[in-house]
Amino acid sequence: MLCQRCHERQATVHLKKVVSGEETEYHLCEVCAMEQGDWIAKAMKAFDFNHLLSGLLNTDSSPGIPSQVQAPLRCDVCGMTYQQFTDVGRFGCPHCYKSFAPRLNALLRRIQSSTTHTGKVPNRAGEAVQRRRRLEQLRKQLNQAIAAERYEEAAHLRDQIRQLEQASGH
Amino acid sequence: MSLSDFMQQAMSRWMKGGGPQDDIILSSRIRIARNLQDLPFPILQTDVHAEQVISDVQNAMAHPDVQKLGTFEFARCREMSQLDRHVLVEKHLISKDLADQVRHGAVVLRNDEVMSIMINEEDHLRIQVIMPGFRLTEAWQLANAMDDALEGQLPYAFDDTLGYLTACPTNVGTGIRASVMMHLPGLVLSGQVNRMLSAVSQVGLTVRGLYGEGSEAAGNIFQVSNQVTLGESEEEIINNLSSVVQQLIDHERAARRALLQQNREVLEDRVCRSFGILAYARRMDSKESLQRLSDVRLGIDLGIIKGVSAGILQELTVMTQPAFLQKYYGQELGPSERDIRRATLIRERLRLDTEVR
Ligand SMILES: [Zn+2]
Ligand SMILES: [Zn+2]
Repeated sequence: MLCQRCHERQATVHLKKVVSGEETEYHLCEVCAMEQGDWIAKAMKAFDFNHLLSGLLNTDSSPGIPSQVQAPLRCDVCGMTYQQFTDVGRFGCPHCYKSFAPRLNALLRRIQSSTTHTGKVPNRAGEAVQRRRRLEQLRKQLNQAIAAERYEEAAHLRDQIRQLEQASGH
Repeated sequence: MSLSDFMQQAMSRWMKGGGPQDDIILSSRIRIARNLQDLPFPILQTDVHAEQVISDVQNAMAHPDVQKLGTFEFARCREMSQLDRHVLVEKHLISKDLADQVRHGAVVLRNDEVMSIMINEEDHLRIQVIMPGFRLTEAWQLANAMDDALEGQLPYAFDDTLGYLTACPTNVGTGIRASVMMHLPGLVLSGQVNRMLSAVSQVGLTVRGLYGEGSEAAGNIFQVSNQVTLGESEEEIINNLSSVVQQLIDHERAARRALLQQNREVLEDRVCRSFGILAYARRMDSKESLQRLSDVRLGIDLGIIKGVSAGILQELTVMTQPAFLQKYYGQELGPSERDIRRATLIRERLRLDTEVR
């Protein structure tokens, strides 16, 4: 087998790379393998993107509706279309994430380890998240309490959850 | 200006070395991407948008919460010469993309060059901390403190589910890129490096050469960084990277010990030959100088060469880059002229240490 990179020398180094469950193989000669660090990173990017494009562009045309009838998916804030996004690999504005939401989950699952942020939450912009994380935690405790038939504790947790929900206007 | 004066002035804190396991980890770097609400990302920016971002950041920088994190300088890319911008790239303080972003780009630099903020690169803000040695957690704490201080003044684009919104979906969530620059001559010389690096890439980390994308792993220097930014917390990302890096360090140490035990003469010959060439050569291209510097640094770490400071690897790796050379000699230099000046600079630098001794 010839080296995938220089197409000159025999491939003697065989690499596998797995990200988010997606496995890719590389076959390189000794020389290219020594210089590979960055080449692989680039190949991965190209791979990810081509892959997700071909995958995503096909997934969500609703059955029965010819796809050319649908208006192109477009961000109503910055005007970028989904097609433009896939061409450049960059969003136009923060709102694009909302505008392209229907197609984003599949994309994010492919390039990230999940579709939900679990890291730092900013003090000002993140109040809602902090409340949501607290609620999730309380609901988990509630389920555990019910499962263990600790009904007094469960009632107490239910009150806490109700309070928190009311405070956030649910 | 003498070389030692120039170095005093021109070197970033990270280039001076020090810190945990700095015989193998040259630097630890944290970079976090942030964007402002309600403004298009730099890719769709007009002049008005760009000015808005710059003035918002400048105002935020003036706040006491930010000021207590150090003394900062601000410069727009268009106010800097191309040479000065590329010196910052070579010192790993800004990206090549920012250096090329002449019209809208700007940079904030702490006076010790440990922290920098790139403005209007791919994202509105990229806060970066770079420290010598294996200090990812410390670097994250400082970047995090700057992030908190700025968030107090700037409305960040943050989504309840997706986290910090970034121009590229590969950065969304935490927006964090943690990386370490490693010197791995033992693994390269013993032929284990490919196996190691392929193992590293299997756990979702990326390996690159000295100057990131598009650069080769010259001088046995590798950058290892996280790939995933969404679904794991900053601490998880840093811990995961750290534990893999620690394993690489252990393997590198074992490889060095084995080389010394099994091939001492070959190794000593290689190291001393490289030292001799660096000390006397009259022309030196950048690839050869990186390789020779790597050999000499290995010799210093193993006690084969004495009286030369270990820091020469990172010092000279950066100072022999094209922009830095031209900065030092104060003139434009073509490639072949650079090879001559590079050799001269390296000889001068080595003489500095032998005089000290
Ligand atoms: Zn090849
Ligand atoms: Zn948009």
